[in-house]
Amino acid sequence: MPDDTPPAAAPPFSGRPAPPHRSATISVLVDNESGVLARVIGLFAGRGYNIDSLTVASVDAGGSRSRINIVTSGTDMVIEQIKAQLDRLVPVYRMAELSQEGPHLARELAMVKVISDGANRAEALRLAEAFRARVIDATVESFVFELTGGTQKLDSFIELLRPIGLAEVSRTGVAAIARGTRTLSAAPH
Amino acid sequence: MTAMQQPSGAEILLRALRDQGVEVIFGYPGGAVLPIYDAIFQQNSIRHILVRHEQAAVHAAEGYARSTGKVGVVLVTSGPGATNAVTGLVDALMDSIPVVCLTGQVPTHLIGNDAFQEADTTGITRAATKQNYLVRRSEDLARTVHEAFYIARSGRPGPVLIDLPKDILIAPAPYQPASAEPHRSYRPATEPDPARIKEAVRLLKGAKRPVIYTGGGVINAGDAASAALGEFVRTTGMPCTSTLMGLGAYPSEDPQFLGMLGMHGTFEANNTMHGCDVMLNIGARFDDRVTGRINAFSPGSLKIHADIDPSSINKNVPVDVPIVGDAARVMEALLAAWHADGTRQDRDALAAWWRQIDAWRAVDSLRFTQDPSPGAIIKPQHAIRRLYEITRETGRETFITTEVGQHQMWAAQHFGFDKPNRWMTSGGLGTMGYGLPAAMGVQIAHPDALVIDISGEASVQMNIQEMATLAQYRLPVKVFILNNQYMGMVRQWQELLHGGRYSESYSESLPDFVKLAEAFHGVGMRATGVDDLDRVIREMIAIDRPVIADICVDQKENCFPMIPSGAAHNEMILGPEHQDRTASITDEGLMLV
Repeated sequence: MPDDTPPAAAPPFSGRPAPPHRSATISVLVDNESGVLARVIGLFAGRGYNIDSLTVASVDAGGSRSRINIVTSGTDMVIEQIKAQLDRLVPVYRMAELSQEGPHLARELAMVKVISDGANRAEALRLAEAFRARVIDATVESFVFELTGGTQKLDSFIELLRPIGLAEVSRTGVAAIARGTRTLSAAPH
Repeated sequence: MTAMQQPSGAEILLRALRDQGVEVIFGYPGGAVLPIYDAIFQQNSIRHILVRHEQAAVHAAEGYARSTGKVGVVLVTSGPGATNAVTGLVDALMDSIPVVCLTGQVPTHLIGNDAFQEADTTGITRAATKQNYLVRRSEDLARTVHEAFYIARSGRPGPVLIDLPKDILIAPAPYQPASAEPHRSYRPATEPDPARIKEAVRLLKGAKRPVIYTGGGVINAGDAASAALGEFVRTTGMPCTSTLMGLGAYPSEDPQFLGMLGMHGTFEANNTMHGCDVMLNIGARFDDRVTGRINAFSPGSLKIHADIDPSSINKNVPVDVPIVGDAARVMEALLAAWHADGTRQDRDALAAWWRQIDAWRAVDSLRFTQDPSPGAIIKPQHAIRRLYEITRETGRETFITTEVGQHQMWAAQHFGFDKPNRWMTSGGLGTMGYGLPAAMGVQIAHPDALVIDISGEASVQMNIQEMATLAQYRLPVKVFILNNQYMGMVRQWQELLHGGRYSESYSESLPDFVKLAEAFHGVGMRATGVDDLDRVIREMIAIDRPVIADICVDQKENCFPMIPSGAAHNEMILGPEHQDRTASITDEGLMLV
């Protein structure tokens, strides 16, 4: 029988309450071969995982190993799955969820351009001082601030600048490292 | 040694393949791989099998690999050669089949220039392979080949692709033998954690309603895994069921075997899974064809899951005891721990559980009715049964491949396997056109064996060109077509779920398969009535040439039992008399494939 009622807005599998999502910071030490970043990103895209932030750079003298830091979110089961999927990639040496394994540091850098004049210009400078942002470029109409810190600190700074001339933001994404003596060892697992 | 004295990249490649024990390559030449073909021409230790389509080369390599436990090798050219191979690569990835695929590539200086027959092969195949490589320096060539074989066969096996620019194949290159050093990053764990094994045995000893559920991982772990599984099942007295990919690891005729589980599994297997209190999963991955509705899957059981791939554990179904390890090592460790554990097994509870299972078994969910009168239409299940019985009478070593669809499920249900590596089917990807080229690969590996592709008239047309390959290499593969003139599984779903609107599922304008076989230098035969069937099967088996047997079967037969989409293991449709149960399928179920 034809049904004229519009389809329900509820998601198809609505029987169960959605399990809680959490954020996870994962660091991955990889062989610096061509395509390794594409493989990691392809894994996330292909399996429908979120990438909230991604950074990658070579971290040894010879340039043979790179560290990828990924901030992702999902249910516990999804995050465990992400870790298992990353860990089984052939070029992955070592993988750790820093946000789970103990205290860790997570920082990113933002360059924030403000175009303003008069009182707004002065206010922008005051905010920069309060956040310990550095002025790394200035013209009579603009500033570029450099700020390093946790994601939330950067978010707050950027939000405060929005009404007073925020023009452009460039952020690096999160780099993370464990506190104390723990390392993301180069030793194969 | 000066550069001038060094062999070419192509010669280095063949030397590395020889060192890896390669005896056969399935391939198709083209511009970018001409140097390799030239090197092949000048040697005799590696045999090249010329297929008629690159997809078939990969399926043939899969059939070769799955029936021998060795790595299958494929050689194709750049561009279309590589893209045609993609389906086969994904098939091997989904079913964990070790394959090394060598693809030609335009010379390094032209990469990225949209050169003739250029494709971004490593980009295209990144999600289709376990690992892939583009060799940019001659000195990396030999090492990359050795590494590819190691990756393909280690841990959870899979396809590995090496993209070879033409200049690398021509330039002189140094040879490096395979290194004894462990791989720098990929070292999958094979030895199970003893504490987890102990915990698993504790649960299994205390189980009142246990079940052992095995998958393709047991086959991949070799004969030792199947042997240890058999011993464990007999020692514990527990019921054992298997996925499609795991058939043959445990003998099908053994009374402790419940048959295949899942969407078209037996009533007893699925109800045992649903009602068990402890489940031991060895090398299976809780695939959606197996679990049915996931939140209703075996709701009351403690689950032990052993898999070589940690990402398969807790992916679809949360488990209580995860064990990472090779199936053979896990089974051996479980067996040792079972004997070491002093606890007594509750044999009374197990006996009661078997009484329940036998009651489910008495339902006889694979039953069908074959009218025996001369000229009566052949039931597809009967055709498979007779094929099984007659091949068994001959006592010949028999290997079965299939295409995808109803015939595949009937083959899984009605053809019995008592050894691993005798059953080759496309499980994960469900690739129509798999069976004929896979059978070709099996026959190359086992020249004296009886190799039969159980097929449907629709699937077989997807790689029918390989009949020419069979003729060229005198491969006496038997193509046993269950011809119902429909894409049967599509038709079945349309009947059950889409109001009998048979949209585009009729096999219109079929070729005359008898003449087709003759056109390809083979032998064609046909059975239209039940009294023809045995004769055709016997003739087919007796002929030492490629055969197509066109078995005209009941067009309307559906594959039962069936767990309809979105239903649980205890909500099976046993036959046409329960077909109205599909009326209760929700939109959620309809969305599933």
